[in-house]
Amino acid sequence: MSSDLIIARDLARYFPLGGGLFTKPTAWVKAVDGVSFSVRKGESFGVVGESGCGKTTLGQMIVRLLEPTAGQVLFKGDDITHLNRRELSPFRQKIQIIFQDPYSSLDPRMTVTSIITEPLLAHGKPTKAHRRQVAADLMKKVGLRPDDQKKFPHEFSGGQRQRIGIARALCVRPELIVADEPVSALDVSIQAQVINLLGDLRDEFGLSYIFISHDISVVEHICDRIAVMYLGGIVEVAPTELFISDQRHPYSATLLAAVPRPDPNHRIQPAAMEGDVPSPIDPPPGCPFHPRCEHAFDRCRNEKPKLINVTDEHAVACFLNDGQGGVK
Amino acid sequence: MKRFFGNKNFLVGFILSAVVLGMALTSLVWTPYDANSMNPRHRLESSSFHHPLGTDQYGRDILSRVMVGAVNSIVVGLVTVSIGMGIGVLLGLAAAYFGRFADEAIMRFSDLLFAFPAVLSAILITSILGPSVINAMFAIGLFYIPIFSRLTRAVATTTWKREYVAAARACGRSEWAIVGRHILPNILSPLIIQGTIQFAVAILAEAGLSYLGLGTQPPDPSWGRMLNEAQTFMDMAPWMAIFPGLAIAWAVLGFNLLGDGLRDTLDPKMVRVR
Repeated sequence: MSSDLIIARDLARYFPLGGGLFTKPTAWVKAVDGVSFSVRKGESFGVVGESGCGKTTLGQMIVRLLEPTAGQVLFKGDDITHLNRRELSPFRQKIQIIFQDPYSSLDPRMTVTSIITEPLLAHGKPTKAHRRQVAADLMKKVGLRPDDQKKFPHEFSGGQRQRIGIARALCVRPELIVADEPVSALDVSIQAQVINLLGDLRDEFGLSYIFISHDISVVEHICDRIAVMYLGGIVEVAPTELFISDQRHPYSATLLAAVPRPDPNHRIQPAAMEGDVPSPIDPPPGCPFHPRCEHAFDRCRNEKPKLINVTDEHAVACFLNDGQGGVK
Repeated sequence: MKRFFGNKNFLVGFILSAVVLGMALTSLVWTPYDANSMNPRHRLESSSFHHPLGTDQYGRDILSRVMVGAVNSIVVGLVTVSIGMGIGVLLGLAAAYFGRFADEAIMRFSDLLFAFPAVLSAILITSILGPSVINAMFAIGLFYIPIFSRLTRAVATTTWKREYVAAARACGRSEWAIVGRHILPNILSPLIIQGTIQFAVAILAEAGLSYLGLGTQPPDPSWGRMLNEAQTFMDMAPWMAIFPGLAIAWAVLGFNLLGDGLRDTLDPKMVRVR
């Protein structure tokens, strides 16, 4: 499809475990294993899952901070998976990332102007005046006072620091922003502000987002489509409204049921799910979710379900959807 | 600035070191007498108006020699710390960046250097290469390399994992630019602190080597050398030993306190760890 901005094809990333200088790794952590999706221009694509499910690794592969072990990343049809630093440079301007931790993601020894306009330095030699101008404009856009240009990161609050990080990502006018848990480190009251800001910026700059979060209630606010990850793979993809009303994977259902609703009469159902996420070093055979799934049957224990479309827009990796309808 | 001078260690260290530095700088343009000119008629004189710190066995003015000796000590400190820091930081950065094999190789090399007792090895090196102040500086500097390479590796490894480094990479900056703009500025404080402390140690080490006759050669004045010459005349002219000895203690104490003060103010976390 020509409107696809970015396509991930069978992306995988394994991390070696153990093994020294002369010994082979004893095992591989399959952080991401065979993930495919596409994001259209102007779309916000949410990726949700528990911690350790590989969503951050996935995001870092999209911006090429991590090399995929296998698979491809296509940006507007160009394969950017194996480009070297120089070849990658034009794409670096188009794909930016916002980090989770607003404390670790800003260099404590640089002024706000230097931080925000650092991407300009990677793609040319901007003058000081130009950098100041760009920084002031961006600071206004993200709701910071342009007078604070010469301040250092420690002089700002967490929410303000995250705005600085957003301004930096916007500096080179990207088309896609990978937002890796951009609000999880912030207070709830600030979270809403930052999410609204991200929404406004999307409309103003025509951005697309890959929005990574463990919190469905955050993702459903801003995203057009939601993908649920479990143990390194996508188990369900659907447009947000459809996902909320008609999620088909038992894991998605449990995730949604666990979202706290600000309603005093709403009681959270006792968790239908027991146990912990299995280790990605030694994933269970068959469906990775079967040890925790209340609907699991024999086939789930032996065979790994593929992600198959139940409708045009809705894909699920669960045998319960093999023609017999969904679980509710 | 007030932050620094509010720290007692820094204040005292700063004053002591400033005196040594001032003495050295003054001696470059003026000393009471030529430090090497002999005057047998006034030999082994105790302190007087003409020779405030007395004279030695050749009638040379001890104040002048202590002043010129300060230059010697400071040069030794600067050169050895530069050798150790220059090479050590490069090795440490390489170990932290490349990891795995390079890391192992560099750190085992550091262990190897650490395993030798520094002073004994310096004696060995200067005896092989021949006694001179240049060889002494080389020997001391060599044993500073692992100190700085380990320190650099430790702080650079954590700095490299920061998200602002990932952010710089994501916007396309080269690895060299990342080292120059993000890594080095963020590891500078511990390096400066360690450098100041090693500066003091170098002064002491050079004095030791010169005392043994392996460092500065006569007739150039060096505090350690002066102590060596003084021991024959300990009974007759104790001032010959007292003043250079005092100068060593003064300078070493000064730069050590300066280093401690810098650490307290620049890196408050390091104190709490201890």
